[in-house]
Amino acid sequence: MTDEAVVAVGLVKEFGSVKALGGIDLTVKRGQVVGLLGPNGAGKTTVVRILSTLLMPTSGYAKVAGFDVVKNPAEVRREIGLTGQYAAVNEYLTGRENLTMFGALYHLPAKYVREKSAELLESFDLTDAADRPAKTYSGGMRRRLDLASSLIAQPSILFLDEPTTGLDPRSRLGMWDVINGLVADGTTVLLTTQYLEEADQLADEIVVIDHGRVIAQGTAETLKDQIGGDRIEISVIDPTRVNDAVNAIKTVSSGEPVVEDLTISAPVSGGSTVLVSAIRALDVQGVEVGDILLRRPTLDDVFLSLTGHAAEEDAAPSDEPKKRGKGRK
Amino acid sequence: MTASVQTRKRPLLGWNISDGVVVSRFSLVQTLRVPELMFFSLVQPVIFVLLFAYVFGGAIPIAGTGTSAEDAANIYRNYLMPGIFGQTVAFAAAASTVGMAEAMSTGLIDRFRSLPMASGAVLIGRTFADAARQILVLLVLSITGFLVGWRITGGIWNAICAYLLLLLFAYSVTWVGASIGLAMPNVETASTAGLVWLFPLTFLSNAFVPLSSMPSWLQPIAAYNPVSTLVLATRELFGNPTGIQPDYWPLNHPTLYTIGSCALVIAIFATLSIRKYTKTTAK
Repeated sequence: MTDEAVVAVGLVKEFGSVKALGGIDLTVKRGQVVGLLGPNGAGKTTVVRILSTLLMPTSGYAKVAGFDVVKNPAEVRREIGLTGQYAAVNEYLTGRENLTMFGALYHLPAKYVREKSAELLESFDLTDAADRPAKTYSGGMRRRLDLASSLIAQPSILFLDEPTTGLDPRSRLGMWDVINGLVADGTTVLLTTQYLEEADQLADEIVVIDHGRVIAQGTAETLKDQIGGDRIEISVIDPTRVNDAVNAIKTVSSGEPVVEDLTISAPVSGGSTVLVSAIRALDVQGVEVGDILLRRPTLDDVFLSLTGHAAEEDAAPSDEPKKRGKGRK
Repeated sequence: MTASVQTRKRPLLGWNISDGVVVSRFSLVQTLRVPELMFFSLVQPVIFVLLFAYVFGGAIPIAGTGTSAEDAANIYRNYLMPGIFGQTVAFAAAASTVGMAEAMSTGLIDRFRSLPMASGAVLIGRTFADAARQILVLLVLSITGFLVGWRITGGIWNAICAYLLLLLFAYSVTWVGASIGLAMPNVETASTAGLVWLFPLTFLSNAFVPLSSMPSWLQPIAAYNPVSTLVLATRELFGNPTGIQPDYWPLNHPTLYTIGSCALVIAIFATLSIRKYTKTTAK
C-alpha cells in the first residue's frame, strides 16, 4: 500500500476553449485531510471529478490509492467514496432503500449492507427518518444521507465536494462533527470548500486554488504566517476622534493603519505587550475606545493578499465550466 | 486502511445484468411512490381511446365496413385499439428521457458513475423498468377497449404474442428516449424534446387511419415506419380489422420487420447512450 492516497501531477482540463485547470499538482497522504480552497469557478469540482474518475484530464495524470484514474478507473472506484455538491440520492426512495441500493451496486453482501445501513443511519441521526422518502428530508438530512451513501462500502479515501454548501449554520456544524468523526477513524479526506473557516476547521493542510492553478499550499498556520503577523484592531466611539486614534496607533504599529468607518486596524509585532502600549497611547490622546483586540490574520486575509480578491467573490461566468451544460467534450 | 468488506466476483455481462436488476427494482419502487404519475400516464391513453372511438369513430371508413353507421363505428373501434396500443408504448420513451435528465440534474448519475458497478447497468435497468411499467398500462387499456367494444378474436397465444411484441417495441424506444435524455441540458428541455419526435412517429402511421387514405408520397414513409408494422402485426395477431394494405415489403412481413427494427434500434441506441453515459457528468 502506497503512502500517498492521492497524487496528481500537472492536471490540465480544457472544456472547449475554456481552461478549467491549468496544471494542478496535489498530494494527499494516507489519513490526512486536505482542503481544496477556492472561489466559485476556481476548478475545485473539476479536480474532484477527475480524481473520482468522472472526467478525463486533458493532460497530466493522477493516482488514487495507487491506481491510475484513467487506466484503472474500476479499481479507483472500489477505494473511494464521493459526495458531491448536490445530495445525490434518489429522493423518491427512503433513506434505507437508498443505502440498500448503493450497497448492492458496490456488490456487497446483502446481510452486510443491512447491518451497515442501520449503523450509518444511527450514527448520522437518521434512524427516525430511515423509512421515509428522502424527499421529505431537510437539506441537512439529505446531505447526511448522501454522505452515508458514500460510506456504505467503507472507502479508505473520501472526496467531499463542498459538503456544507447551502446548509444552515447548525447543519453545517453537524456535518463538521460527522466529518471529524470519519477522520478520527483514519479515513483520508479531500474536501473542497469556498468557506475559509471550514478549511481551517477540518483540514490538516490547505491547498488554495484560483483560476485552475495552485496559488498557495500549507497548514492554516503557515498560510497565515505567510502574509505577516498579528494585527491590532480598535473601534473608536466618537467619529471626530478617528484621526487622533490613527496617530496613537501609528506610534505602536509596524505598518500603515487602515481605517474603515470607526474601525482602525494595523499590523503589529511584539505580541500582547503591544496591546498595553496601544491603550496607553490612546489614553494620552484622550481617545475613548469601544473595542480593542489583537488578532491573527484569518484565511480571508490570506486569500485577499494572495489573489487580490476576496474568497466569496464569484469568478467571471466564463471561468465557470460547470455552468456550460454538462462538461461534455 | 482499505475496504474491509469482500466484494462478490462475477463476469462483466453478469454484472451488467445483476446491477441492471438492482437499478430496475428500485426504479419500479420509485414508481409506486409516485402513484399520481402512474395514474396520469394511464389516463392519457384512456382519453385517446374515448376520443377516437366516439369523435372520429364514424368518420374514418375502414375496408370491410358494414352498411350501417353503427357497424362502421364498431369496426373502427376494433381497428383503433391496436393503434392506441402502439402509440401508447411508443410514448414510454418520453418517461425515459425525463428520467435520465432528472438523474443527471440531481447528481445521481455522478454517484452511479463513481461506483464500481457495470457501466451499462443504469441504462439497462432504467429502460427495463420504463418498459415494464407498460404492462400495467396495456392492461388498463385492454379493459377500456373491451368496454367500448374491442374484442380479441385471434386466439390466446396470438394475443400473448401481440402483447410481447408491444413490450419489445416499448423497450426499444426507451433506449431512444434515454439517449435523448442524456443529451439534454436540463429536465425542462428534456420533457419537451422527449415528446416532440413521438407525434410524427405515431401519427405518420396506420395507427389511426388507413395508409390508403394518405397522399401517395406519404404512404412509403408511413409504410416503413415501424409503428405501422407494429400496429399491423398487432391487428393481425388480435384478429382485428387491418384495412387494405398498399404493397410495401414491411407491410407484407409486419412481425419480422418490427422485430428487426426493434433489434436494430436497441443495438444502435444502447451503444450510443452507454458511450454517452460513461462520459457524462451532472448538470
